[in-house]
Amino acid sequence: MSPETTGTDTQKTLKMRLWRGDESGGEFAEYQIPAQEGEVVLDVVHRIQAEDAPDLAVRWNCKAGKCGSCSAEINGRPALMCMTRMSTLDIDAPITVSPMRGFPIIRDLVTDVSYNYAVARRIPPFQPPVLAEGEVFRMQQIDVDRGQEFRKCIECFLCQNVCHVIRDHEDNKESFAGPRFFARLAELEMHPLDTLDRRRLVSEQFGLGLCNITKCCTEVCPEGIHITDNAIIPLKERVVDARFDPVAWLGRKLTGKPNPTPANVAAAYAPETLEDQLNARRAGQVGSHPMTTGIDSN
Amino acid sequence: MPDIETHDFDILIIGAGGAGLRAAIEAQAKGMRTALVCKSLLGKAHTVMAEGGVAAAMGNVYSEDNWKVHFRDTMRGGKMLNNWRMAQLHAQESPERVLELEQWGALFDRTPDGLILQRDFGGHRYARLAHVGDRTGLELLRTVQHRAVAVGIQVFMECKIIRLLHDEAGRVNGAVGLWRETGKFVVFGAKSVILATGGVGKMYKFTSNSWEGTGDGHALALWAGADLIDMECIQFHPTGMIWPPSARGLLVTEGVRGDGGILKNRDNERFMFNYISDYFKAETSDTIEEADQWYDNKRDFRRPPELLPRDEVARAINSEVKAGRGSPHGGVFLDIASRRSAEDIRRRLPSMYHQFKELADVDITKDAMEIGPTCHYIMGGIRVDADSAAATVPGLFAAGEVAGGMHGANRLGGNSLSDLLVFGRRAGIGAAEYALGTSGKVNIDETQVEKITQHALSFFDHEGHENAYSAHQALQNTMQELVGIIRTESELLEAKDQLRGLEERAQAVSVEGHRQFNPGWHLALDLEAMVAVAQCTTLGAIDRRESRGGHTREDFPLPDNETLGKINMVTSIANGEVSVRSEALPEMPPELKELFEEAH
Ligand code: SF4
Ligand code: SF4
Ligand code: FES
Repeated sequence: MSPETTGTDTQKTLKMRLWRGDESGGEFAEYQIPAQEGEVVLDVVHRIQAEDAPDLAVRWNCKAGKCGSCSAEINGRPALMCMTRMSTLDIDAPITVSPMRGFPIIRDLVTDVSYNYAVARRIPPFQPPVLAEGEVFRMQQIDVDRGQEFRKCIECFLCQNVCHVIRDHEDNKESFAGPRFFARLAELEMHPLDTLDRRRLVSEQFGLGLCNITKCCTEVCPEGIHITDNAIIPLKERVVDARFDPVAWLGRKLTGKPNPTPANVAAAYAPETLEDQLNARRAGQVGSHPMTTGIDSN
Repeated sequence: MPDIETHDFDILIIGAGGAGLRAAIEAQAKGMRTALVCKSLLGKAHTVMAEGGVAAAMGNVYSEDNWKVHFRDTMRGGKMLNNWRMAQLHAQESPERVLELEQWGALFDRTPDGLILQRDFGGHRYARLAHVGDRTGLELLRTVQHRAVAVGIQVFMECKIIRLLHDEAGRVNGAVGLWRETGKFVVFGAKSVILATGGVGKMYKFTSNSWEGTGDGHALALWAGADLIDMECIQFHPTGMIWPPSARGLLVTEGVRGDGGILKNRDNERFMFNYISDYFKAETSDTIEEADQWYDNKRDFRRPPELLPRDEVARAINSEVKAGRGSPHGGVFLDIASRRSAEDIRRRLPSMYHQFKELADVDITKDAMEIGPTCHYIMGGIRVDADSAAATVPGLFAAGEVAGGMHGANRLGGNSLSDLLVFGRRAGIGAAEYALGTSGKVNIDETQVEKITQHALSFFDHEGHENAYSAHQALQNTMQELVGIIRTESELLEAKDQLRGLEERAQAVSVEGHRQFNPGWHLALDLEAMVAVAQCTTLGAIDRRESRGGHTREDFPLPDNETLGKINMVTSIANGEVSVRSEALPEMPPELKELFEEAH
């Protein structure tokens, strides 16, 4: 049974410092509220909202780490409020909750994340080969595994929030897609059925070259997606190594062959480059769920 | 309207979960200028929470499967209260809808020969759920989201719709909304409107639903004069987390029991054997020895009673707790730790392992989980025409959880993701055809707009200290205690009374602060929808004097197949009051009836 059932924290008073304000400025407001057993940060924020500050602005949906709405910075550390348990924080000291720093503030804990939606619209969509009447796609599990890792993304934008290319240089937003969208581009690039070559775009329009592989994005990803190792580095490899060689690219994509045979699937994915080695390493982890405390030791 | 932002579209879709997005894609493909409005950011809808899969008789794992078997399973699961035509269309069209997702980039788990893998689920005769691990809903939502973005649908995010608008002839022709960010109003004119707003779970205290599940679409339709049906049929999922309090209601997937998990009371008794009803006797194991062999040999042994339909299991848990045999926090134990190896558990149930570890500090490979029923899904909803998804008011359409009829009195797992694809698409077509048939410009009636915005702003002027959060909690207590999983006439009548008071409280809420991103204000507006829905549920529950699927009456414990099993409880607003009447179910044609005579 959980150690919290002993109820040792229950008499304590929490000192919560929540950022209140809008784009014109603001400050931390302190709220004192009795601790309750087994809570996450979002619960405490909700209790403050219900009892003391009905107009406190905060985003949330699922309260289960599945929708990526409740991103914030807790004691300065980017995390999901609904997956950060109070028992993991030092509750003797005041706990600060502030909005993500990488995006403009709307109000209180809510930020303007529209930049991400703008980037999403610029990505050329999935383009499958044309199927004959009655024909269905065949893909092997091993081929879909790679894309499935990126499709776990809950779009919390914490990776975008910590990336210094975005955070420190507002004007980079024009030309830099950011880690979440490198993961999306990698997913499309590695999709066994996609027929579109996006490699030129990745470097010329989405600014892949600006990323200097600091791995900050990977470290905060609550889904444990290996953004740098499995998306960014392979993308860089593909962009540089392949020299836009359309034949090699096609060979890798299996396009125009909606029903690839096991043999050509195997050939297309035969380990050869660093990227493949990285994927092979990941394949060894299939089945183990990333521990998504927000930190991936990587 | 001088000061109000106004947009003009062919089709307005309210709600951007799977059903709304699928409808938008279809409407746009029909050449309609389409607007999609959602209360949250795009991609956050409750659809992401669906774990198990999409039910579709593709026959990839069992080639014997076909739409007729799926249809039959769905009707039986729904205790025959389903709209047969919806269940038929759903069973026939879901395979195509799943394959279409693949054309849009979805990556389902695969069979060894490269097809979409399908898994077993409660109530489905064959392994039928196309899935992606235990995050199928996220995959589905992302796929339609990306598709919607690719085809250029205009999305209006973080906008709460307050009321629908209508023309002189009573046809729905738009809606008034509120930008959550700025607190300013917005008017959408449209030739037709599709509601795809999801469920109502937030009127209960313990629910698996997100904050958005406040019955907005049900209430919008009701206020616009449309009929709702069978609002008393609500699914309480038997296994929700109950500890810690903050996680209470969060879903624990049926997959835990599918993979060997068993239910025990505080005396360590596997109590489900005491709750096998006559209806399921023939297909359920009555000894532990037999039950335990089923997992490896499904052909020669019958299912363990832990895998009875959701309504049966939820009632059993409720009875154990009432009898004083519950767990310390008022639920029962779900034990997989003593049944499977730690390695197996982590491999097959990764997100459950993670959820308990992170939120409850319980290692499910070592300890039992404490679980209890949680409000999960409403089978009832807006009354629609099966083929076109049209509601009973012209110009209005509905799809997904907000529409009623498809699931009857109880929904099978996996049938909601397929429902929203099949009927999302059909609503898109239905609304487009309707829009093409209307002529002339949409005329917005400014007096209606004025009235609606005045009403929304009135919460700022209210004197007194009625707080939206406490009024909401009071509503949740009433519904949880009096209109919960087991119901009885005296309590339902008590609830009806209390709801009258709650309606007044909801209207008296006073809002502090300013209009910009003010959750207290948003809750006040959600609350009036929840109260309206709660009234429908309560009235339906009073009149349905039988037990059927997601509606259990202590005072009428048996189904009444002759009379009540053949009617819908229809709620609507007449003279400003919610009222209920009963109407006969649509009659199933003989060739479909035969399907139920053949087997057993
Ligand atoms: S690794 Fe690249 S994308 Fe990730 S945070 Fe660092 S610079 Fe940004
Ligand atoms: S990649 Fe990870 S950190 Fe980035 S948005 Fe997706 S889930 Fe969040
Ligand atoms: S509320 Fe959904 S991730 Fe936190």
